[in-house]
Amino acid sequence: MRLELVKRGTEATFLVFASPFIAIAITVFVGAIFFAAIGVDPGRGVYVFFIEPISAWWSIEQLLAKATPLILIGAGLSLCFLSNNWNIGAEGQFIAGALAGSILPVVFYQFEGPLVLPLMLVMGFAGGAFYGLVPAALKTRFGASEILTSLMLVYIAQLFLDWMVRGPWRDPASFGFPKTRTFNDAAVVPTVGPFDIHAGLLVALVVSFILFVFLKRTLKGFEVRISGTAPRAATFAGVSNRNMVMFVFAISGGLAGLAGVIEVAGVAKKLQPVISPGYGFAAIIVAFLGRLNPLGVVFAALLLALTYLGGEAAQLELNITDKVTRVIQGVVLFAILACDTFILHRVRLIRRGK
Amino acid sequence: MELFEAFVLTVITAATPLLLAATGELVTERAGVLNLGVEGMMLVGAVSAFAVAVTTGSPILGILAAMVAGVSMAAIFAFFALFLVTNQVATGLALTLFGLGVSGMLGASFVGEPGVKLAAIHLPGLSELPLVGRILFGQDPLVYGSLIILLGVSFLLKRSHVGLVVRAVGDNHHSAHALGYNVLMIRVAAVLFGGLCAGLGGAYLSLVYTPQWTEGMTAGRGWIAVALVVFSSWIPGRLLIGAYLFGAVTLLQFHLQAVGVPVPSQFLSALPYAATVIVLVVISRNRRLLRTHTPAMLGSTFVPDK
Amino acid sequence: MSDGRDEPLLSVSSITKRFGELTANDDIHFEIDRGEIHALLGENGAGKSTLVKILYGALQPDSGQIRWQGRPVSVSNPAIARRLGIGMVFQHFSLFDALTITENIALALPKRPRLQVLARDIARVSEEYGLPLNPMAQIHDLSVGQRQRVEIVRCLLQDPHLIIMDEPTSVLTPQEADDLFVTLRRLSAEGRSILYISHRLREVKELCSHVTILRHGKLISTCDPQKETSESLARLMVGSEIRDVRTSAATIAEKRVLLSVRGLSLSAGDQFDVTLRDISFDVCAGEVCAIAGIAGNGQSELFDALSGERTVENNRIYIDGNDAGAKGINERRKIGAAFVAEERLGHGTAPQETLSLNVLLTQARMNGNGIRGPFIDYGEAVEAKDRICTSFDVRKSSADPRAYELSGGNLQKFVVGREFNRAPKLLIVNQPTWGVDAGASAHIRQSLIDLARSGAAVVVISQDLDEIFEIADRVAVLSRGKLTPFTSSRETSRETLGLLLGGAREGEAASAA
Repeated sequence: MRLELVKRGTEATFLVFASPFIAIAITVFVGAIFFAAIGVDPGRGVYVFFIEPISAWWSIEQLLAKATPLILIGAGLSLCFLSNNWNIGAEGQFIAGALAGSILPVVFYQFEGPLVLPLMLVMGFAGGAFYGLVPAALKTRFGASEILTSLMLVYIAQLFLDWMVRGPWRDPASFGFPKTRTFNDAAVVPTVGPFDIHAGLLVALVVSFILFVFLKRTLKGFEVRISGTAPRAATFAGVSNRNMVMFVFAISGGLAGLAGVIEVAGVAKKLQPVISPGYGFAAIIVAFLGRLNPLGVVFAALLLALTYLGGEAAQLELNITDKVTRVIQGVVLFAILACDTFILHRVRLIRRGK
Repeated sequence: MELFEAFVLTVITAATPLLLAATGELVTERAGVLNLGVEGMMLVGAVSAFAVAVTTGSPILGILAAMVAGVSMAAIFAFFALFLVTNQVATGLALTLFGLGVSGMLGASFVGEPGVKLAAIHLPGLSELPLVGRILFGQDPLVYGSLIILLGVSFLLKRSHVGLVVRAVGDNHHSAHALGYNVLMIRVAAVLFGGLCAGLGGAYLSLVYTPQWTEGMTAGRGWIAVALVVFSSWIPGRLLIGAYLFGAVTLLQFHLQAVGVPVPSQFLSALPYAATVIVLVVISRNRRLLRTHTPAMLGSTFVPDK
Repeated sequence: MSDGRDEPLLSVSSITKRFGELTANDDIHFEIDRGEIHALLGENGAGKSTLVKILYGALQPDSGQIRWQGRPVSVSNPAIARRLGIGMVFQHFSLFDALTITENIALALPKRPRLQVLARDIARVSEEYGLPLNPMAQIHDLSVGQRQRVEIVRCLLQDPHLIIMDEPTSVLTPQEADDLFVTLRRLSAEGRSILYISHRLREVKELCSHVTILRHGKLISTCDPQKETSESLARLMVGSEIRDVRTSAATIAEKRVLLSVRGLSLSAGDQFDVTLRDISFDVCAGEVCAIAGIAGNGQSELFDALSGERTVENNRIYIDGNDAGAKGINERRKIGAAFVAEERLGHGTAPQETLSLNVLLTQARMNGNGIRGPFIDYGEAVEAKDRICTSFDVRKSSADPRAYELSGGNLQKFVVGREFNRAPKLLIVNQPTWGVDAGASAHIRQSLIDLARSGAAVVVISQDLDEIFEIADRVAVLSRGKLTPFTSSRETSRETLGLLLGGAREGEAASAA
């Protein structure tokens, strides 16, 4: 007996909506097995990792803060992946945006006023977009694989940031610690509203809503989609492949850069050698788990943010390394990819000899 | 002259893990499968080799463990990307993220522990020859292994029926299926071989290159290996040149620093990555070359009609 | 011991195969005798390919039995079929482009031959049967006709008792097809049986002693084609009378040139492309002009250049008097041109999108039919889709299905109808009825003529000579990237066209025919 995959004639509509939830269920299940395998009571492991972090208000705030960059990057990457462009260098574009956005508060720190923050956000977006356009240009101009070049640029950005905070931008008053001066109040992303919601979250939600409308309602959004599923048809519709690649890389890079500047101006309030726990990579999972839909991305980002908190909790309470976060993130991606398969295929049991 | 010897020896050390991983990926891609999880497979291979070698005191057992680990990781990829026909790019990314996590967890208790170095082979007489003695006859088994694997792959792909079948599956899986070949199983075998080689590449890092375990110690070598396969335009001989060139670039940073070139260390560390980008650009400019050599089915999924 | 000499070579009974809702083969039975050329006749989608794949072991039937030389057999994969002595020449060749002829053939042989020995065998067999080949050549350097030879030689090297040929002449010139028939008759004389799959009545009558006819997955009849007329065979195949296409001679009152091509050359983008060389022609309002050619002689390149998917320099292409060479596809649409691509799924339409959104594809971003500035007006797109589907009789399973859910014929009617909806001055169609059932073909061909007679210029690129003679006023031949001058289709013959298709020069073809 063996199992065999058979194409369905049409999409299984139920699974289109259910697949992210099934993927989450699978992840929790695999997580439990995983905890059992390393000698942790699976019930307690699942509780500490997935439930406890969202059982207190202050930790919800934490969750939202971590979800903010994931929403921004994930929504941008959805555009990329929909159009079949594999930008996996969002981590580098995040850093580029953080660096560009920090020029004002670090170099021109005397400059204060209500204009500072908006300018920082614009510069952050521009920095990320510029860095994202590098692999896009190398792809359209020379045909170099964007997968590899965008990833290599992550390493380069990380090393460049390291140099900046240890060298030219190091705070003279830091006693040799590798960090920049702390940002002025004018350069800090505020919290707003009665619940002290991080203003960055509002930006992220607005952005994802705009992208949702863009994909659903505009001709350009339609063209993004067909560039991915039917490139030949897109050319037939007069879509320039070159422009499309540049467009989606600029948007996704820009949003990653925006996330970068919001992160440093909202959480750390300074630059350090490491400013991201891998948001750029986690956002790839966010995009897929959100089914490349900018609204779906919002919910997916919450789950991925939870894996960060869960990792920290596991380290504190279960005495296991927070690397468990990466393992669980990998499992989420495997699970959602597998679920997507069953939207278009079903499994058939074959008896031997038939 | 001693400087030359030292340089060549270190180039070999830097090139060997790239060569091992890239040879495996080359076979995988020749069968039409794009496995971007090389980085993850190398990491898990590296940590397994280190853990087993330290625990048992035997680097040979460490190498075996790395092979098992690499194959297991590749099996995960094969299950998803080949059996469940998930997107190969995304699945490879998942494998790398997963490998980063798993290796970090497995290695958590080994961070900072002194390692067990795989000893070089010593051939009395030959190894002491001036100039070429140590280069040719004083290497460790993995260096020879990497060259033997490359030669074997080169020969099998070009001259054997097995190699012909692998190339055929990578060129047109529909035709191969129509002729009655089991596309799925041939690809699984190629992917597992890729995992085995990546595991060996990882073992080389943690047993020879820097005999210790540090988190994420592959530092992008898995990705560079994938880029090398493009550079080689899927031809094993060119892979050898590419890996050794990259070994030299990697070393440049140490030598420039040693000589005291006044460039920030971060810039030197970025050299291999920048070099990878440049190499990709240069090789991709020749679209005709890539178009004729790229396995036509690379990255595409296959579900036969039933 | 009985070796089944008295039994038919192959006997098939009660074969049924379902794909989900669709019954591709419904209780099929027929027999093939030794040395017989047996035709399997049916329209596209009648279930021929499915049946053949079952015989060759590439698909498994849901029920039914196959007897080979009197014994029941289970053909569970192609290797078993080959061991029994069943060889297959595929319609879409199952060759490996990057490999040599010898390597390709080695892959199909049960034993693992030494390649040098095999190369010699290939040279010998191909010589013997008049199918010359260079065993060391790579497949992607070969013409379509040569590729078919490779398939046939590969088949012959296995010394088969039964050779299955799936639509073998669809890519051949009439002369190449005649050569093929000589080879097939010779194989039949040697005692080998041939199962000949086709939808071309003429060939079946010329070549075959029995014909099994399928329609919508059902067995309609097994009969002797010599005792039938083309009309009766067509009726059995299609199930109803096919309306003849009504033609009237083009009446060009004032000669208004809508498409003018002047010295168009296109260098090969890469080795898979064909170079176009110095192509010039005019097409006037009111006429249908056909460009005949065998696949791989530059049709796709010509279509890309005419549509603007690949732009060329100025002063090469004029559309209604506008210099359009450097204009992109949408700019050309804006000056009244419309295009129907050969590949309807994936090129002409985005398979995953609904029909209504596929309407937007060829709107050139202009307002109307579902486009409002930068936004999509879904309601209007649905209306446009309904209009197209009604006027072109597109039958679909739901109100607004995705493109891939439509059958080939219905999708083709949709992509043609979509362009008619834009009332074009100039319509360029690549292979208008390729792989489309007879009913849809007739509808599309009639529409093309009607469009021309209403004052538009229509260019049809086609490899179907029947189609060309049915609808074209003038015809030219594209061969190896060069275009012959246009001649009136009434004053030229199949034979002349055939020779030109094969690459003969103008004068030679005229004198030979």
